[in-house]
Amino acid sequence: MSGDAILDGLTMACLLVGALMSLAAAIGLLRFPDLMSRMHAATKPQVLGLLLMLAAVALQMRSWALLPVLLGAWIFQLLTVPVSAHMVGRAGYRTKHRRPDLLTVDELNPVVAAAAKDLAGDPEDDGGRDRGGDPAV
Amino acid sequence: MNAMGIVLIIVVVILSLAAAGAIYRIAAGPSLLDRVLAADVLLAIVGAALATDMAVNHHLNNLALLVSLSVIGFIGSVTVARFVSDRREEP
Amino acid sequence: MSRQRISLLQELPLLVFLVLVWGALWQDYSPGNLVFGALIAVGIARIFYLPPVELSGRFNIVLAAVFAGIFLKDVVVASFQVFYLAAVRGPHISNAVIAVPLRSHSDLMITATGHVISLIPGSLVVEVDRATPMLYIHVLNVTSPEQVEKVRAEVRATEAWLIRIMGSKEEVAALAAESSQGVVAQ
Repeated sequence: MSGDAILDGLTMACLLVGALMSLAAAIGLLRFPDLMSRMHAATKPQVLGLLLMLAAVALQMRSWALLPVLLGAWIFQLLTVPVSAHMVGRAGYRTKHRRPDLLTVDELNPVVAAAAKDLAGDPEDDGGRDRGGDPAV
Repeated sequence: MNAMGIVLIIVVVILSLAAAGAIYRIAAGPSLLDRVLAADVLLAIVGAALATDMAVNHHLNNLALLVSLSVIGFIGSVTVARFVSDRREEP
Repeated sequence: MSRQRISLLQELPLLVFLVLVWGALWQDYSPGNLVFGALIAVGIARIFYLPPVELSGRFNIVLAAVFAGIFLKDVVVASFQVFYLAAVRGPHISNAVIAVPLRSHSDLMITATGHVISLIPGSLVVEVDRATPMLYIHVLNVTSPEQVEKVRAEVRATEAWLIRIMGSKEEVAALAAESSQGVVAQ
């Protein structure tokens, strides 16, 4: 078996598993009962899926100059996916999407309730705790 | 038909199914955030399709698009999430 | 506008990173291209001003490589685990939101821990309390209090890894003292 054939085989494996990861995200979106669980499905398989797809491109092009771009694209994905997931999750938790019946333990609710009470009591305070909560600020 | 062609067809079928699932979630909701999340997944599926095209057809035409997707693709959902959480604070 | 001047040295890691990204995007590492990239990087860092990231000044590259391997394995495991849960458990999943106290007060450490936690098995950061510091994490598929403690220990272990890689000297010393006393992460 020649080297080319092995690399082609690897490429095909990467493409197939990468596509399956996209399918995993879609199945998760359809089957999970609440927003928070769906978010797990939407973020994690995406990251592995993109890595495998980029690996497939690298295996086919076989150029060293290409590797930094592909790696860069993946690293940007690593940096941005948790940010959007956190923002959506945070908004989801604080709006009506919290489903207490699906949580076995919830250690955040008392904290959020206390913060909301502070907010109602003092309209000038725009939720200083909230602002502190953004890693980007 | 060679092996790569068969793999391409399988990948296209899988990605189409995944896209159909994501589009169903965009249509069905039930909430704005669900739709945003599903739109994010749809974007990732489009990215996967772009990468597949490059790998199978041996070209790099989509590379810039793919990199920009991974750099700025998250801005939409962050913006929407921000507005949703702001709205809740009104009584 | 009064801005805190930050020294070029403090900005250097950011600038080097920007120049490398520039080179990668053009797939061209010739000196001319890199110099042009460096000019653009300095311009961007001056115009789009951001507070400097406070680096601790140490970075253990061997541990970082080991951690990258573990992280990659975890990402693969996480993806297949979510796939399995989506396909098999589906609507009958039960989750938890747990609070995990962290050791480090540095923004970089909290952010890095949060990112890694969001990407490895079944956990997602819902809320960050920078003052305490505390991470509130949504965990997929939790049914018992023992599992909660297990996840908490995992998060603490991840933070310990990151401290060993790039934490400040004080944080590393505190970590060493903690493990020599035989305190179980909790």
